[in-house]
Amino acid sequence: MNKTYGLIAAFDTTPELYHACEKVRDAGYSQWDALTPFPIHGLDAAMGIRRSQVPRFSLVGGITGFLTGMSFIAWLGWVEYPLIVGGKPYFSPMFAFPVAYELTILFTAFATIGGMFFLNKLPMHYHPVMKAPQFVRALDDRFYIVIEGNDPKYNATATRDLLAKIGGKDIVELEN
Amino acid sequence: MGAPASDSPAPAILAEVKPVVIPRRVLVEHHRDFHWITEKICGIVEGKTPVWWWWCFGLAAIIASFTVSGLVYLVATGVGVWGHANPVNWAWDIVNFVFWIGIGHAGTLISAILCLLRQKWRTSINRAAEAMTIFAVVCAAIFPVFHVGRIWFAVMPGWLFPFPNSNAIWQNFRSPLEWDVFAVSTYGTVSVLFWYVGLIPDLGTMRDRFTAAGNLFKARIYGFFAMGWRGSNRQWSNYEMAYLILAGISTPLVLSVHTIVSFDFAVSLIPGWHTTIFPPYFVAGAIFSGFGMVMTLMLPLRAIYRLEDLITQYHIDCMCKITLATGTMVGYAYSMEFFIAWYGANPYEGFAFINRAFGHYAWAYWIMIGCNVITPQFFWFKSVRENTTLVWILSIFVNVGMWFERFVIIVTSLARDFLPSSWGYYSPSVVEIFTFFGTFGVFSFLFLLFIRFVPIMPMSEVKAVIPAADPHGSSKH
Repeated sequence: MNKTYGLIAAFDTTPELYHACEKVRDAGYSQWDALTPFPIHGLDAAMGIRRSQVPRFSLVGGITGFLTGMSFIAWLGWVEYPLIVGGKPYFSPMFAFPVAYELTILFTAFATIGGMFFLNKLPMHYHPVMKAPQFVRALDDRFYIVIEGNDPKYNATATRDLLAKIGGKDIVELEN
Repeated sequence: MGAPASDSPAPAILAEVKPVVIPRRVLVEHHRDFHWITEKICGIVEGKTPVWWWWCFGLAAIIASFTVSGLVYLVATGVGVWGHANPVNWAWDIVNFVFWIGIGHAGTLISAILCLLRQKWRTSINRAAEAMTIFAVVCAAIFPVFHVGRIWFAVMPGWLFPFPNSNAIWQNFRSPLEWDVFAVSTYGTVSVLFWYVGLIPDLGTMRDRFTAAGNLFKARIYGFFAMGWRGSNRQWSNYEMAYLILAGISTPLVLSVHTIVSFDFAVSLIPGWHTTIFPPYFVAGAIFSGFGMVMTLMLPLRAIYRLEDLITQYHIDCMCKITLATGTMVGYAYSMEFFIAWYGANPYEGFAFINRAFGHYAWAYWIMIGCNVITPQFFWFKSVRENTTLVWILSIFVNVGMWFERFVIIVTSLARDFLPSSWGYYSPSVVEIFTFFGTFGVFSFLFLLFIRFVPIMPMSEVKAVIPAADPHGSSKH
């Protein structure tokens, strides 16, 4: 495995990082990332990241929840113990709706969070960038760009020059 | 209307209309920067435990012991230790349940509905309000769980949760009480999940700070819950989407929870309960009471921790105005109930409302009107909203009034039902009073633990609303 994980460069302000990201994107890198203490509006476009896939998980979760609620109550009324209450039918989607509705929301919530964890590969308690001494400020007040060594365009000197040219400070090589 | 002074006449249709830029009120005062926010919020958790905290914690624990003793006595003896007797078989237990669950609703409104409406002022009160939601749901859940007496029956013979009894008969899913079990348990679960997702980036910040300070024990604990968050934008992208979806599903959830709570009454045939206005009226009341509690909690917190730069006068104004709006809606609902009782020409319904206002529980009714309809009207005045002490006192009145609202609805209708021969007067037993009083201790106990160990404001969200967070420079917005 490659000993070098990649290069990390620091930026002091949000606009600096934003414009630097646009330049890294335009330079054609694909295996890179920006570390920011808060989500920056529009940075996804500046980095060329596609729309998140989380909603797909949510949709599957929601449909599952709704069908679970409806089919559970239908099974109770029709199969498990048919019982006439108040002269009403064994099953009707009307009275099953509130429960199915709540389960839709419950399952969507779990699927959304599960999907977010899965797509973000969390939990991941070790990551090379965490070893960098300046990482403590990544979730505080500073912004970073990390370009990974396994990017096809990665070249130790050329990439370092690019990061310096776009305004990156404290450029450090990260070890795996 | 004067035309603009120029040589040529102004065109009938302007080529471009520039909307007037109304300056927005700043959300963080004194141009605080990112690092200041981190230091301020983390400093509360990292600093030494203040003396007042220990006193409050001790007091909260003592008060909470009232609930514990009341519940132990209840389980050991039976539900007869509560003051319920025919015809009032629903009383303080469900009053307290609805009261607490309603309080929780403001937390979800702030975290979910205001998120969808892009109300950026929500950021600094969001975390504490969501914590309030979770702890309020805990307090609320005590009552339905313990009103079954033998609490283990709540699960296994399925007096609450869907398991068949010994005759293999299942719950009646046509009953709003069974819907309520699903609504409240979903609400509690989703509130915890939503709160936790919001916490992840801040726990990452705490982890890194404890690591840098060399406190590896705390770094491990916070790090475990931070799940290895590193603030990468590829993570933020999914995170933001997940947060948006959670806000999107929490919005119908919070509306449905109090709607279903109101079905507990509205689906019955008791005069004074059997009204279609209940769902919206209950939701408005829930948000009203919840904002009362948010202000009751946040104003002292703001004063103690000197958070005036983060919870600004603008935040207090917004909260007061929501309280005013929802309080007025509740007042409208009260008058509309009376109108419909008259217009519906049902003698039982008419009697129920006359009895509420002028019967033997009239004292409770007028406390309710005073606290819920008159109190919020003071928030029309800027001078009142700027007087934090007064706002705090008024918020207490809101809390009291909303408890009385549930008491009035539930008890007056039952105490005077269809048959005069069965009329009665309900008074709570000592056990009931102590159990309810103790829930304030339970709530405070949990809330004090929260402010001691968890960052009380979402740092990542507060940072995102200051001008320095704008990638295009602050002048453009």
